[in-house]
Amino acid sequence: MSKTKEITEQQKAYWRKNMGLIRILLIIWALVSYVGGIILAIPFSNIPFFGVTLSFWIAQQGSILVFIALIITYAVRMDKLDREYDFHEIKLTDQKKGASL
Amino acid sequence: MSVETLTLIIIAITFAFYLWIGWWARVRDTKGFYVAGGEIPAIANGAAIAADWMSGASFISMAGLISFMGFDGTVYLMGWTGGYVLLTLLLAPYLRKYGKYTVPDFIGDRYYSNKTRAVAALATIFISMTYVAGQMRGVGIVFSRFLQVDITVGVFIGMAIVAFFAILGGMKGITWTQVAQYSVLIIAYLITAGAISAMLTGIPVPQLALTFSGFAQRLTDLQIDLGLMEYIKPFQYMSGLNVFAVTLALMIGTAGLPHVIVRFYTVKTVRAARWSGVWAIIFISLLYTTAPALGVFAKYNLINTLNNRTVAEVQEIEWASKWAETGLFKFEDKNGDGVLNMTNDETNEITIDRDTIVLSTPEVAQLAPFVIALVAAGGLAAALSTAAGLLMAMSSAASHDIYFRIMRPNASEEQRLKVARISILVAVLVAGWFGINPPGFVGEVVAFAFGLAAASLFPAILLGIFDKRMNREGATWGIAVGLVFTFTMIILMRSPQIFGTAKPILNSFFGINAQGVGSVGALLNFVISYFVSRSTEPPPQEIQELVEEIRIPRGVGEAQSHY
Repeated sequence: MSKTKEITEQQKAYWRKNMGLIRILLIIWALVSYVGGIILAIPFSNIPFFGVTLSFWIAQQGSILVFIALIITYAVRMDKLDREYDFHEIKLTDQKKGASL
Repeated sequence: MSVETLTLIIIAITFAFYLWIGWWARVRDTKGFYVAGGEIPAIANGAAIAADWMSGASFISMAGLISFMGFDGTVYLMGWTGGYVLLTLLLAPYLRKYGKYTVPDFIGDRYYSNKTRAVAALATIFISMTYVAGQMRGVGIVFSRFLQVDITVGVFIGMAIVAFFAILGGMKGITWTQVAQYSVLIIAYLITAGAISAMLTGIPVPQLALTFSGFAQRLTDLQIDLGLMEYIKPFQYMSGLNVFAVTLALMIGTAGLPHVIVRFYTVKTVRAARWSGVWAIIFISLLYTTAPALGVFAKYNLINTLNNRTVAEVQEIEWASKWAETGLFKFEDKNGDGVLNMTNDETNEITIDRDTIVLSTPEVAQLAPFVIALVAAGGLAAALSTAAGLLMAMSSAASHDIYFRIMRPNASEEQRLKVARISILVAVLVAGWFGINPPGFVGEVVAFAFGLAAASLFPAILLGIFDKRMNREGATWGIAVGLVFTFTMIILMRSPQIFGTAKPILNSFFGINAQGVGSVGALLNFVISYFVSRSTEPPPQEIQELVEEIRIPRGVGEAQSHY
């Protein structure tokens, strides 16, 4: 296990930012699938969306596209955050070369 | 060449390919066996997750099921994709950082208790076992439908193939085979859906065709004329409350299924675990956004082709008589007027089994026999890959968590590898037995698998990562209450199928059905865990440090190298 026992300020800030990002993405996740796709499904049935209704499109196509976008956003933003806080992983091959990415 | 011969050739070629991969990926150590050495690239892991995830039922039955549920089919579409958001954001990166072999591994270590480990291992085995029985049956059914062999023979062939690459290559063999199986199944699915979509709407991309062609509305009008459900309208098949509860239970259950979670251990880094989630949702969505379109087009086409035709006309259609032979499609001129009519009551003269929606489409759309053969190979690939993943999860819970971590912590590497191989063989035999002698409630087991995963494993893992104060007592009580509640509810609501009672002992839990009750179980687990943990001792210092440790990606290499 790790030798550094105390939690650094850097660790705390990293975790806070991670939690903030997760919160925003999960709020969108819940709004799209549960509010847009289910709770508002009846009113949204009266709104046409090209060849279908808005509720049908959200429930059977749109929500899935949003899920993809949410996961991609998380992966991209966390890559950035890892580097910003210097928590990204150094691959063994890079260590051998002595490179610090 | 006949369709049967061609199907046989295509299946033989794909099986030879899987076997070759199994031989090529054979392993010599437990790390290779359980987590493929932790060396799978993110994109390959994404494809393997997708194949692991999409079962024979996703491939063969889902589009048909949705076409009979209309709007409410969204419980499967959103439920089985939205879970990946939870999995990638909340579980995968941290479990990868923790970096051992199984789900009970994490739960046992995080809650410093072999009892909790044993409960998690038994839950894993039970969840995977209920699920795998249906998969083996699926393999047998595909064989029997396409090659006219006995279901039992089909199950035996499937068992032999899975046993070969799983015993030799463990997780590594399974992973690379799943990558190949994903490719086969998605190509077969997209060609079929694209063809019927182009035939009806002129747009070869099913997703676009569904959105822009207006066929969902035309199917709705057609169904209204026949007195069937209003297709596009919400909550015609089940109540809004149930759509909500079932979607939630399936999402949480997805994120708690052990055979999916362990796939995230097989990549090199935390970053690769996140990107595996990205590739997985993309690969899965390819099928899940296509399925509702395929359902609409195939159902519209079937009704349009068959309804209001004379018996003689229908008998002349080659695929109609062929599927009538299998019993999946029935027509009977009840009122003797020589014309077949679809209605919503007992005067109905045409019955379409939901499985025919996908299986008959290549013939209905007059695709080349090659595509029919490919669909058979795709269905087999879907069932085999899921079975392999489940067998792996089950046998590692038995051999790693129960044998090594609890019973024989001093076992040598050779002994452990031997036990791992024996337990996967046992798992294959048990699954095969269930495939040949399916329990009467095989259709109900999916509710069990998802409900129990949602109510037990997901909350325990989530709280283990995000709540540092969560302790052994809280998690154990949470799992126990969640499991017992969900298990009891499902048994009471599905008593006709399980015990053969005339009526369900319990109709619903405040309006929530058996499939959705897992979401209540999960909620109970969270609440109980919270209150019990807050009224008992906090976890030891080193456990709190472990939690801090898994929250940060750096140092992933050392976390798993000490075994």
